[in-house]
Amino acid sequence: MVNIELKNISKSFGSVQANQDINISVNSGEILGLLGENGAGKSTLMNILCGLYRPDDGKIIINQKETYFDNPGDAIKSGVGMVHQHFMLVPIFTVTENVILGNEKTGNLNYLKIKDSEKKVTEISEKYSLLVNPKEITERLSVGAQQRVEIIKVLFRSAELIIFDEPTAVLTPQEVKELFKIMNALKKSGKAIIFITHKLHEVREVCDKISILRAGMIVGEADPKKVSNKELANLMVGRPVNLSLERKKNKTGKTILEVDNLSVLNENRELALNQISFNVKEGEIVGIAGVQGNGQTELVESITGLRNFVAGNVSYFEKKMEYITPREIHKLGIRHIPEDRQKSGVIANFTVSENKILNDYYQKPFSSNYIMSWGDVERVSETVVKNFDIRTPSITTLTQNLSGGNQQKLVVGRELSNKVDFLIASQPTRGIDVGSIEYIHKQLIETRNNGKGILLISTELDEILTLSDRILVLFEGKIIKEFSSNASTEEIGLAMAGQS
Amino acid sequence: MRDYLKKKIISENFDFEEILLIPILATLLALIIGCLFLLATGETFENILVAFTNLFIGSFGSLNAISETFTAATPLIFAALGIALAFRAGLFNIGAEGQIIIGGMAAVIIGFSIDFLPIWLHLPLALLFGAIFGALYAAIAGWLKATTGAHEVISTIMLNLIALRLLDYFLRLPVIQKEGRNDPISKSVLETAQLPQILSFIEPQLRLHSGFILMLVAVVFVYWLLFHTTIGFEFRSTGSNPNAAQYAGIKASLTIVLVMGIAGALAGLAGANQIMGVLGRATPGFSASIGFDAIAVALLGRSHPIGVLFAGLLFGALIAGGRLMQVKAGVSIDLITIIQALIIVFIAAPLLVRNAVPWAFKTKDKN
Repeated sequence: MVNIELKNISKSFGSVQANQDINISVNSGEILGLLGENGAGKSTLMNILCGLYRPDDGKIIINQKETYFDNPGDAIKSGVGMVHQHFMLVPIFTVTENVILGNEKTGNLNYLKIKDSEKKVTEISEKYSLLVNPKEITERLSVGAQQRVEIIKVLFRSAELIIFDEPTAVLTPQEVKELFKIMNALKKSGKAIIFITHKLHEVREVCDKISILRAGMIVGEADPKKVSNKELANLMVGRPVNLSLERKKNKTGKTILEVDNLSVLNENRELALNQISFNVKEGEIVGIAGVQGNGQTELVESITGLRNFVAGNVSYFEKKMEYITPREIHKLGIRHIPEDRQKSGVIANFTVSENKILNDYYQKPFSSNYIMSWGDVERVSETVVKNFDIRTPSITTLTQNLSGGNQQKLVVGRELSNKVDFLIASQPTRGIDVGSIEYIHKQLIETRNNGKGILLISTELDEILTLSDRILVLFEGKIIKEFSSNASTEEIGLAMAGQS
Repeated sequence: MRDYLKKKIISENFDFEEILLIPILATLLALIIGCLFLLATGETFENILVAFTNLFIGSFGSLNAISETFTAATPLIFAALGIALAFRAGLFNIGAEGQIIIGGMAAVIIGFSIDFLPIWLHLPLALLFGAIFGALYAAIAGWLKATTGAHEVISTIMLNLIALRLLDYFLRLPVIQKEGRNDPISKSVLETAQLPQILSFIEPQLRLHSGFILMLVAVVFVYWLLFHTTIGFEFRSTGSNPNAAQYAGIKASLTIVLVMGIAGALAGLAGANQIMGVLGRATPGFSASIGFDAIAVALLGRSHPIGVLFAGLLFGALIAGGRLMQVKAGVSIDLITIIQALIIVFIAAPLLVRNAVPWAFKTKDKN
C-alpha cells in the first residue's frame, strides 16, 4: 500500500509562477487524472515529483513520511516512476537492454547478466499482460509496443507510483484502449497512477478522480462519473468553451490539387508513400488522418517542394508541379503551416516581426533592391499581431518568449495574411492551448468558406472530425480508406490501425 | 536614430550585458589569473606591477602606443568580421588564416608587378585583388559544403595548410622572389600600392595607416549587410534555424557559398592590409596566425560588428602592450597568449563570469 501526497507545492521560474499551493494525493489502486492545458504547470509539477526540480515551498509526503528528492535517483528509490511522452529508449538496444539501462545486474568483472534480466522482463510482461518480446530490437517495435517497454522499465525499478505523461498522444484509438486496459491492470495490482492529459473523454473514461490545473493552480476537482466534457473544458480553460464549430455546408469548385499515383522515399530510401492519389477542391477541407509516421511528413514535403518524388504527379490547377522550389510554391499562392513550429515554423531567436516576414522578406513592401524597409515591416507586423490575436508584449519581442499557442498563431497569421489559394495545414494545433485551438480552427473554417482549399494533416482524430469535409486515412504510406465528414471515431480508428 | 532601431525590431542580440559587460569582466578576470601565473613562476609583486603598468602604457599610454594598438587591431578586426558573419550564418570559418595568405599574396603580386598606374588606381586594384582572391579561396570551402556536404571546419583547416605551403612555393618563384636573395621573400610593394600612413604628419614613426579607416568602413558595411539587407536576413535565418529558412524558400547552398565568399573577402583584405600597410612584402608566415586570433576576436565580440570592433581593439592593445611589457619587466610575451586564452575560456563559459561577480548583473540568467 502506498499513499503519495503533495502539500502546498509552489515553484516559480523568475517572475513566472509555474505552480502555486498545489495539493494532490493519490493512493494505491487509484488513477488520478491531472487535466490541464499546455503551460498550465503539469510538467513542472511532475518534474518536482520525479526529483528533477526542487519545489520552492511545500512538501512531498509518501506514506505519511515527508520526503526530499535531491535528484531523479532519489525519486526512483522512493518508488516514483514516469512514463515519458517522448520515449527515453535507445533505438538499437534490445527491449531488455533498454529496460536495464542504468540498473544493470552484473557478475564478476562486470559481466552483464542479461539472461537473468531477460527472465525478469518476461515475468513483468506476463504479470501485467504487457506483450513484448524481451529480445526484440526496440526500433523494430510499434509505437504502442515501445510505450509498453517504457512501462516495463518503470515496473522493473519497482515503482509504486507511475506517472503517465500524455501517453495517448502517439497512439491509435485502439492502442489507447489497450493502454487503458494496462492501466486498469496496474491499478488492480495496487499501483498508484497519475495520468496527465488534456483530452477530456480520456480522463472520464479511465480515472477515479480528476484534478484540474490552470495557470499553476488546482482550480477544481471532479468526479469522472458525474462531470461532463463541457464542464471539464470550462474548468480547464477558465471560461465557457465552444467545442463544436458551426460549419456551413460547403460548395466545392474547381480542383486545386490533384495528386496522382505519388510515390516518395524517406531518408532511409524506403517507400514512404506508395502510389497515393487524391484531390482537393475549392471550398473544402480534406483531412488526412493517421498515426504519426505513416507518411504524413513526406506527403507534405513533396507537395511543398521540399522533397522530390520518385513516381507519380502533383498538379496544381491542372499544372504539373515537379522540381519546384518552396519559393515558387509560395508565389503560386500555396501556404504551408509546418508540422513542427519550433523546428521549421519560426526562428526562435528572431523577433515577432522578423518571423512575420520570413517567407516574403524579399518582396515589397518589406524590402526593395535587397535593402530591408524595417519601417514597413513594423507597420505590417502590427496589423498581423492585431488581426490574428497574437498575444505578445510587442512586435519586437523574441519569438521564443511567446507561448506555443501564440507562436502558432504567428505562423497561421503569417500564412493567411497573404494571398491564399490553397493551404496545407500540418498539425496546426499541436501542443497549444484550447483558446488558440478554437481561434485557429475558426480561421481554417473561414478560409474554406471563402472558397479556398485546405489539406489538413493531423494525428488528432477529433480535429480531423471537427474540420474536414472529407477524410482520408493514411496507413503505411497508402490511403487505405476515404470517409465522409460524419464517419464515427471507431470506423476511422480501425482504418488508422490498418484494417480497411 | 530611426524608430525601428530604437525599438529593436531586428534581433541583433545587442544586449549590454552580453556584448560589453561579460567581455570586460572576462578580461579583468583573465588579467587577475594572469597575475597568479606570474606569482607562481616566482615573479615579485613589484615586477608584476611594472609588467601590468607597462602593458597599459604600451597600449594606450602615448600616441605611439595607440597607433601601435590600432595597427595591430586592424587586420584582426577585418578577419574577425568575416568570421562573425559566417557564425551568424551558422558556419564555423576556421580558414581565415589561409584566406589572409591568399589575399595577401594577390595583393603583393599586384603591388610590385604593375608599375604604370597612379596611386588612386593601383592602391584600390591591389586591395580589390586581395579581397577577390580571399573570397575565391574561401568559396571553395563553401562550394564543397553546398554541393557535397563536406564540413567547413575540416575543409577550411585543410585549405589553411595548402595556403601555407603555396606561399612557400610562390615565394621561391623567380617572378616573385626578390632579386638577389636566396631566402624566400617577395619583391617589395611599389609605393603606389602602399596604404598611406595617416599620423606621420605628427611624428614620422607613427605606423598607423589608412587601412584602419578602411576597417572602420568594413565594420559599418558588415553591420548594414547583416541587419539592413535581404542578404543579411537570409544569412541570419539560415544560421539561426536552417530548417525554417529552407521552408521559407531560402536556398541554403547559395547562402553558404555567398557568406563564405564575403568572409573570405574580408580576410583577404586583412592580408592585403598587412602587406600594403605594414610589411611591404610577403615573407613565410607573414599571416602571423592573425586568422586564428581573429576567431577569438569574433567570439569575444559575440559575432556583432560593434562587438568585434571593441574586441579587436582589446586584442590589438594586448599585442602592442605586451611588447613593452616584455622589454620593461622582462615578462615573456607568452603571458599575453595565456591571457587571451583565458579571456576566451571565460567568454565561452559566461556562467563562470556571472558566478564570479554576481553583483555586476541586473538580469538573472535564464538557465
